[in-house]
Amino acid sequence: MSGLALEDALSKHPSRGRIRAFDAAVLTLVLLALWQAIGSWTRGVAVSPPLQTLVYLFDLLRTGMFWDHAAATLTAFLVAFALSALIGLALGLIFGVQRFTGEVAEPILAGFYTIPKVTLYPVVLLIFGLGVSAKIAFGVMHGLVPMTLFTLGAVRSLPPVLIRTARVLRLSPGRTMLWVLMPACLPEIVNGLRISFSLTLLGVLIGEMFSSQRGLGFLLVSGMAQHNVPLSTAVVTVIVVVSIAANTLMLRLRGRTAQRSS
Amino acid sequence: MTRRLAALLVRIAVLAGLVATLEICCRTGIIDPLTVIPPSDMVASMIDHVGSGEFNEGIVNTFSTIVLAFVLAIGCGTLAGALIHRSLRLRDVADPLLASYYSVPTFIFYPLLVALLGLGKAPLVVLGVLSAAPAVMISTLSGLDGVSPVLLKLARVQRLSPARTLWWIVLPAALPRLFSGFKLALSYALIGVIAGEFILSGSGLGYAISFAYQSFDNRAMYGLMLFVLLAAVIANGVLYVWEGRLARRRSNG
Repeated sequence: MSGLALEDALSKHPSRGRIRAFDAAVLTLVLLALWQAIGSWTRGVAVSPPLQTLVYLFDLLRTGMFWDHAAATLTAFLVAFALSALIGLALGLIFGVQRFTGEVAEPILAGFYTIPKVTLYPVVLLIFGLGVSAKIAFGVMHGLVPMTLFTLGAVRSLPPVLIRTARVLRLSPGRTMLWVLMPACLPEIVNGLRISFSLTLLGVLIGEMFSSQRGLGFLLVSGMAQHNVPLSTAVVTVIVVVSIAANTLMLRLRGRTAQRSS
Repeated sequence: MTRRLAALLVRIAVLAGLVATLEICCRTGIIDPLTVIPPSDMVASMIDHVGSGEFNEGIVNTFSTIVLAFVLAIGCGTLAGALIHRSLRLRDVADPLLASYYSVPTFIFYPLLVALLGLGKAPLVVLGVLSAAPAVMISTLSGLDGVSPVLLKLARVQRLSPARTLWWIVLPAALPRLFSGFKLALSYALIGVIAGEFILSGSGLGYAISFAYQSFDNRAMYGLMLFVLLAAVIANGVLYVWEGRLARRRSNG
């Protein structure tokens, strides 16, 4: 999956201290100005300007309604993410060790990764019904494959000496995975978790936007439908901030695990 | 090679087995036909609906939107990538942005785009470009990074003009990575446009599927779904094979 690997090819570049901080500040200002410009240019029919959104957001965060929706999204997301991560990790390890099975499975998984899975959402709804389980299933459909592919790739590129050593030491398959494969693949596993995190979130949110009565995705669409522009802009802001924060955290974590294992 | 062939055969057997199992489960009533219709019916329905011409407008609409978004994404992405590559300072600003770009579910901007641009082709194209262009940018950057300095020196020794250097040296050297960006861009544009039509739109294949779902027309829904998925698999498959051919030509010299 060269495509998945592309994304992290750019996360390492030497830092150039203060110029960088200055540029980052300028960038932030430019983005805020752009946001403001779009907001005032359309006179707030599509996007509310930054300051107004922020004020609205503070009020919103004090309502129970918002936290109900946020909790609905969070529950569905956490269950889906846990399932994607665990099943994906297990499948990836198995496909990585069993070479032939891996060769059979990989193109199928990679193909599934590139198709528009939204079209399958009605099937998920027909099978699981309207409710939280459909959202979870859809989240897993998005998050499982990248997790599997990353783990599979990591195991496959391990030096064969590690696996041979495990065999010489007569470790059981379970112990080999736990003591040899997992620690050796940790940086790539963290990377898989990072991609899986954002795609699972995407799946859950699309599910909520298409047909649901609860959750942030629903809140966003209903804000749009009721012409409550500050509401939808505030929800978008929350989602963007949370996902970037989570991504940054996992990039750091990956950097740390990569350092330790090298 | 034989191992690859064996894997291919087993893969086909596994997929055929899955389809056959689904067919049997549907025909014997283990799976309720109101939930999933048998695969053979899906194919029949696809041929009926697509062949009847009632969806021709939607099909043309959707695919032209996807192609437009794909072409724009490649143009903007390559250009932006090349510009950023020229300046270290811009690069420092862009790298962290690009690294976290795909963590944001771009899709949540779609309702805002609809409010901004109206319910037509425009928000779909913008959504497609928003989801595809950064992938092209990233691959352009990594492709240009991968051009070895020796080649550029060679170009200077041969006194090639900048345009010729680009055409004869840089482009061929960066092509494999560029191509993997294009491949991603196609699937992202496809996903973006169809997802947009699916959630909020008045035309196109995504809308037709969502409409069939809401009017409990399972047969039409599965037929159209199969059509969209087949189209996506074929489009991605063509680029995949092409990429393999490029790679082989390179390794042969």
